Amino acid sequence: MDTSKVANSNTTTAATAKKPSKAAAAATWADERLGIATMAKKNLRKVFPDHWSFMLGEIALWSFVVLLLTGVFLTLWFTPSMGEVQYNGTYEQLRGVHMSEAFASTLRISFDVRGGLLMRQMHHWSAMLFIASMMIHLLRVFFTGAYRKPRELNWVIGSLLLLLGTLEGFTGYSLPDDLLSGTGVRAADGFIKASPVVGTYMSFFLFGGEFPGESIIPRLYTIHVLLIPGLLLALIAAHMLLLVYHKHTQWPGPGRTEKNVVGYPMLPVYAAKAGGFFFIVFGVTALLGGLLSINPVWKYGPYDPSKVTAGSQPDWYMGWPDGALRIMPGIETHIWGYTISWNVMLPILVLPLLMFTILMLLPFIDAWITGDKREHHLLERPRNAPTRTALMVALMTMYGLFWIAGGNDIIAIKLHSSINQITYFLRMAVFVGPVIAFLITRRWCIALQRKDNETLLHGYETGIIMRSPEGGYSERHLPLPESRAYTLTARERDPALNGGPEGTDANGIPAPGKGRLAGLQHRVRTLWYADNVQKPTPAELEDGHHHADHEHELQEGVEGHAADGHQFDGHHLVEDETLRNH
Amino acid sequence: MSTPPVTDGHSHDEPVDENLPARDDLYANPGLEEHHWRPTDVDPKAEKRAERQVAALFTLSALCTVLLLVAYFTIDADDTIGGLGAQNLAFGLCLAGALLGIGIGIIQWARKLMADVEIVEYRHPAASSEEDRAVTIQALSDGLEESGIGRRPLVRNSLLGAVGLLGLPAVVFLRDLGPTNAQVVANPPFPGSGLEHTVWTKGMRVVRDVVGSPIRPSDLEIGDLVNAEPEALFNGGEDGEPMEGVALQVAKSKGAVVVVRIEPDEITPGKGRENWSVDGILCYSKICTHVGCPISLYERTTHHLLCPCHQSTFDLADSARVVFGPAARPLPQLALAVDDEGYLVAQADFDEPVGPSYWERG
Repeated sequence: MDTSKVANSNTTTAATAKKPSKAAAAATWADERLGIATMAKKNLRKVFPDHWSFMLGEIALWSFVVLLLTGVFLTLWFTPSMGEVQYNGTYEQLRGVHMSEAFASTLRISFDVRGGLLMRQMHHWSAMLFIASMMIHLLRVFFTGAYRKPRELNWVIGSLLLLLGTLEGFTGYSLPDDLLSGTGVRAADGFIKASPVVGTYMSFFLFGGEFPGESIIPRLYTIHVLLIPGLLLALIAAHMLLLVYHKHTQWPGPGRTEKNVVGYPMLPVYAAKAGGFFFIVFGVTALLGGLLSINPVWKYGPYDPSKVTAGSQPDWYMGWPDGALRIMPGIETHIWGYTISWNVMLPILVLPLLMFTILMLLPFIDAWITGDKREHHLLERPRNAPTRTALMVALMTMYGLFWIAGGNDIIAIKLHSSINQITYFLRMAVFVGPVIAFLITRRWCIALQRKDNETLLHGYETGIIMRSPEGGYSERHLPLPESRAYTLTARERDPALNGGPEGTDANGIPAPGKGRLAGLQHRVRTLWYADNVQKPTPAELEDGHHHADHEHELQEGVEGHAADGHQFDGHHLVEDETLRNH
Repeated sequence: MSTPPVTDGHSHDEPVDENLPARDDLYANPGLEEHHWRPTDVDPKAEKRAERQVAALFTLSALCTVLLLVAYFTIDADDTIGGLGAQNLAFGLCLAGALLGIGIGIIQWARKLMADVEIVEYRHPAASSEEDRAVTIQALSDGLEESGIGRRPLVRNSLLGAVGLLGLPAVVFLRDLGPTNAQVVANPPFPGSGLEHTVWTKGMRVVRDVVGSPIRPSDLEIGDLVNAEPEALFNGGEDGEPMEGVALQVAKSKGAVVVVRIEPDEITPGKGRENWSVDGILCYSKICTHVGCPISLYERTTHHLLCPCHQSTFDLADSARVVFGPAARPLPQLALAVDDEGYLVAQADFDEPVGPSYWERG
């Protein structure tokens, strides 16, 4: 290759300093005081692998920064007080109406502070983006097995970030004290009161007495601008530090192994890409805030405990527990003079905590089932871990069905169907749906594994139809390029689990100390790998190649003559046509 | 260009556990794919073009920033563009342009002009080296040993007890976050304080919400539903003034009711509630017994009242029995009567707490 023309700015070796530059002088000044060179020498050119899906977590990170920036702007005008005032501002429809200072100051931000509405809408949009990107990032990490050792703790931190982000969202959209969010706060009071034994105490402590009181908005404000953001910042810092320490996972491929990481250096490429991406996330939020109205509280009006609007719904990420709450049958127990509200407690207090606990434990459950204590830095394609993929799809299906239940009234209106029927259907579907999704996903993954093996053994489909001298038709297959074949086979072979669990004797009696749990572990492990298709053995591969060679011989006679058929329509000369070779 | 050497990463000296997934290579690792030069690497024209693109994007950003500042000082709050607020639209678009110009510019710079040669870095195991770990564990045990924390259980346990006890004031000092329900009932800050009570009293008029006008039975036709409130909201403040602030909010949040008139034949009166209605006029708490939303969606032919939050449905002709949804209890009923002037009044406060269930409710 002629590289003499390579633009001289793009040298492939590190630039050597010709004379002490200003940057070097600044670095020296800093190093003499902070001693950062030792740390920086490793990290300035730290390698990050490239893949579009690694960007999802970055969206979450940058939208958090946008949240901090826009949030600080909003605090300059927002008054977190429930003191009653009469509105006399710019928005005519509400003039003369009594409302809390919180609501009045929100109106002021929206109508009288230039750029206030934009910042409010950007704040709300980036909150949506924050939570949505965290969820999709979580799915990416799970589906590719990136949560496995040594990254389990980072998975736990990530789950906590999602939980805290959700709470931060709830406390945030409750602050304007509008009719919609006030209804949400009242429902939250109902949830708290449903807690056994301590419910009313917690409610009265939180609200500073009886609902609604005048303490809840200032208290939510402190939680929203100080407590949770502080925790989020600390956890995000820990998340990033662990990411740097572990080095990023990568997809298998030529030259990419468990022992290395291949990609572009932090300085300059990733610093530029990540820095540029921050501006893009910020810019997209500005676009959303400028073009799409979100949470127009002036249309809802101030909170009034005797009013409500039809179609009241929380923000979308709170939708799934709300859906569970809607489809739960109204069961309540009255015993020894006490009330247990199963209808509220189970869907809204127990279920989300249970789901979050399951979520946080997933890496440890996986490790226990597989017994795998090795480090993993290469990602797995979802199809190559069918049970894992199916498990998450089942959880997603359950989430989705609960979420649909959270909009059962809207669905009933839009689809002109009975809300009762929808609710009864969903009561059943949240249990059956995940099972069906699990089974389908698992078989789907296994089918895709088969397809990969097919391609490896018999080559890929060229789309070229061959006609044999006898008149039979067949499609021509060609072997995969070496790098592609390597990538496809760079995965592990599942263990063959025959017989009893590890440590059992010939009669199936477990070794002392292992006990029942070892038996359970073995059974689950067998199910975990059951029916998975393994990559071909060397012998199968050999066979496959022989077979392909044989086919080639058979087709040799027509090589260079036959074509894909279109040439033989009588309108073309076929003498110089050759078979398209990929 | 040459590719850096790579190890295959599948070291064969690891002990093989048959119960673990096995790592093996079917094909030899072909090594990193060859680096391809981009047009901007080899063609000075393309390089210049990319440079100009990047600079143009940065200029566009600067332009948008200037426009943003111009818009800030020139657009009035009530200007509109195509039905949208002009200020918000202009600010949003200019800010987006300013930010996206920088963002896309930098990324274009990185993709087209910065070196795109992939670099290989070797991983280290997450764990420290055996020596480091041994030294650390030694240091840890030395430190613990020297502190004597293991040998002196008296010191250790008394310290643990003292520190643990400090958690108690941390919780106890939150006690004044609010009074308990019992305290509120014993020492009511407002009329009708406490979960078991509302502002309703014997003889209090049932008035229309917002306007506060009293209701005569003849004002209601069969099938009507009226959102109503206790008269105290409108005259229960100081010197007969309307209630205000927290007192008003608390009274409203428990006292709001719906008044319906149903064909008397269709009513199934609850036990002991035979005389709670006036000419087929019934009054129920408006606060859902599920989690406390105000209920107001009425279907007059079936007498069903639907909560817009979670769709609990109550049959108002049958003591507000739950006919659908997650609520577990009927809406509390307010006993009605007519006063000397012919207006609807309450016979008494509700005979049970309104709103969502709670532990002590019984």
